[in-house]
Amino acid sequence: MLKCSLNKMNLVFAEIAKANTLYLPTDQNDGSAKFTKWEEGSVWSNALNTVRSPKDFFFPQTEDLMEFKVEGKNIELTDIRRESEDFVIFGVRACDVKSFEVLDRVFLVDPVDSFYASRREHGIIVALACTRPSETCFCTTFGIDCTNPAGDISVWKTETELYWQANTEKGKKLLASISALTEEGDAAEVDAQKEKTAAVMKKLPLADLTTDGFGAGKTMELFNDPAWDEMSQTCLGCGTCTFVCPTCQCYDIKDFDTGNGIIRYRCWDSCMYSEFTKMAHGNNRLTQKERFRQRFMHKLVYYPENNDGLYSCVGCGRCLAKCPISMNIAKVMKKIGGEKK
Amino acid sequence: MQKIRRDQLLDRAISLLSDGTVNSVLGWQKGEFDYDVTPHIFRTEDELKEGFVWNDFCYSNFSKYLVAKTDRIEGRMLVFLKPCDTYSFNQLLTEHRFDREKVYAVGVSCEGMVDVNKLKAKADGISCVECVEGGLEVTTIYDDEAVFVDAKDVLLERCLNCKSKKHVAYDELIGEEGEIIDSARFDEVAKLEAMTPDQRFAFWQNELSKCIRCNACRDACPACTCETCVFNNSNSGVENKAPVNSFEEQMFHIIRAYHVAGRCTDCGECSRVCPQNIPLHLLNRKFIKEMNECYGEYQAGEEIGMRAPLVNYTLDDMEADEVLNRRGEDA
Repeated sequence: MLKCSLNKMNLVFAEIAKANTLYLPTDQNDGSAKFTKWEEGSVWSNALNTVRSPKDFFFPQTEDLMEFKVEGKNIELTDIRRESEDFVIFGVRACDVKSFEVLDRVFLVDPVDSFYASRREHGIIVALACTRPSETCFCTTFGIDCTNPAGDISVWKTETELYWQANTEKGKKLLASISALTEEGDAAEVDAQKEKTAAVMKKLPLADLTTDGFGAGKTMELFNDPAWDEMSQTCLGCGTCTFVCPTCQCYDIKDFDTGNGIIRYRCWDSCMYSEFTKMAHGNNRLTQKERFRQRFMHKLVYYPENNDGLYSCVGCGRCLAKCPISMNIAKVMKKIGGEKK
Repeated sequence: MQKIRRDQLLDRAISLLSDGTVNSVLGWQKGEFDYDVTPHIFRTEDELKEGFVWNDFCYSNFSKYLVAKTDRIEGRMLVFLKPCDTYSFNQLLTEHRFDREKVYAVGVSCEGMVDVNKLKAKADGISCVECVEGGLEVTTIYDDEAVFVDAKDVLLERCLNCKSKKHVAYDELIGEEGEIIDSARFDEVAKLEAMTPDQRFAFWQNELSKCIRCNACRDACPACTCETCVFNNSNSGVENKAPVNSFEEQMFHIIRAYHVAGRCTDCGECSRVCPQNIPLHLLNRKFIKEMNECYGEYQAGEEIGMRAPLVNYTLDDMEADEVLNRRGEDA
């Protein structure tokens, strides 16, 4: 394991930024944190996590796919994609790293989404272990260990040092590029910190939340649960939960009329929106209850059923913090059978 | 902070439910933590006893729910309304958006509600919040000792600048009736007005570029009650789920502000629900301030049936050139 002094972080960031575009969480005026491009003077945030998840780097909210230009009877089609350059996302939490696996299983299966694949290929993830989880955290419910984040490189932040461990070839290469700034470190301090954090995780209010009642084969039992009515009755139908969610991956493809042509773009969509399932024959989810149910059934039943038992919630807690009416997956899970008896 | 106790509301809800005055209760349901209260329609006494809460986190404005919820129910629904909520209630009645006969409105006096974001900035890992006089006692998973947090440090912006402790509508009131307050709610708008146009443009561009187009502002807004919003209507030609570019984002919010001008009661829900903390209420307040200056003081929802200045022509109306020139050359 390597380490470097926290005092040297600016040098480390500068070194990384020489060869890669570097993004890291920085504090915003409103007190929240956001992944921003590192520049001289950027200050790494101490916040537990960002409001917007790092899925934006691989699956941005909007992206142009192609352009059509119309002149008379000629239509010219342009591939306007820009191939990604190498970039580093520093300080991704374990839950968010896991979300990339959830997204990969959607975008990297045949037919591979080449826009997403290109970004994944060029992206290097430096994952940061948690030390001060929030009451809204429940990553352990989904088998995630926040003290051992995956990623190309894992880092642990102690009082004075940052400890580094490369997990992939990409990670090793990046770590080698900053070797002048790192030295051999003893894992003992990291191990002690992991133990301390693990003890906190056990004390969290949502520590008892389990996936026992969910997963493959539960569709008919849970789909008809009468509790969906009351759980969804005051849902506003906004898209906050889906847009702050690191694993929500639904999108729409639309055409934007530029006046003399079309830009075809893709944008995030939300199963909470009334038009989400509108098709030529009509809409098959006419009420908010059906839309609401879809979101949670997808995360807890349909997705694991199709993906070897992997749940498409990572317990990051963003929806718990941001839902305007404080209705969320933790409440849903407890209501329909996810609490340890 | 709240002077009204939960039991006062609970007892009244139970008796109105059992004597048949109402057959459902729109109230607040306790959450996983002490601060994540959810709006809920209670139908039985047992359900109320188990889940009903009244505390410093009952910020949701229930008025808008009445549009959809009373449309489908038989009988009457009890709704609890804080003073600010009653303005939205009246405004919706002015616009004939729900049937007054189907609602039994219980006014509740309010000491202001807490902004959870502000609270979390004061204490991370909150395990327990107790509402006490003048503030909150907060315990975290990191510290067994409770910390006192002063109300004024964690109140919602709209509560710090509360415009009225007076209920303008109710069937019955729990607690004492308050007064209309001469608040400082336009101070922030005045600051924006004092900026140069370039500074102001930069301010709004920065704020609105944070928008993720989740539509929470619109969906929580009691003035936004179109059954299908033009931006959700695929036949409108302007439907968009996400922006093509940042210019569109600005358009969305500015169009919405125009659309609710004269009907917005300044309830502040738009800013409260925004996950990106965009101060959207300042757009609406700007319109309110403008209308006050041009057409005289007007508070949407103060009375049922009022005609908003923008739809009410009078011979005394300020002429267009007066509107343009009233602030001198800068305007």
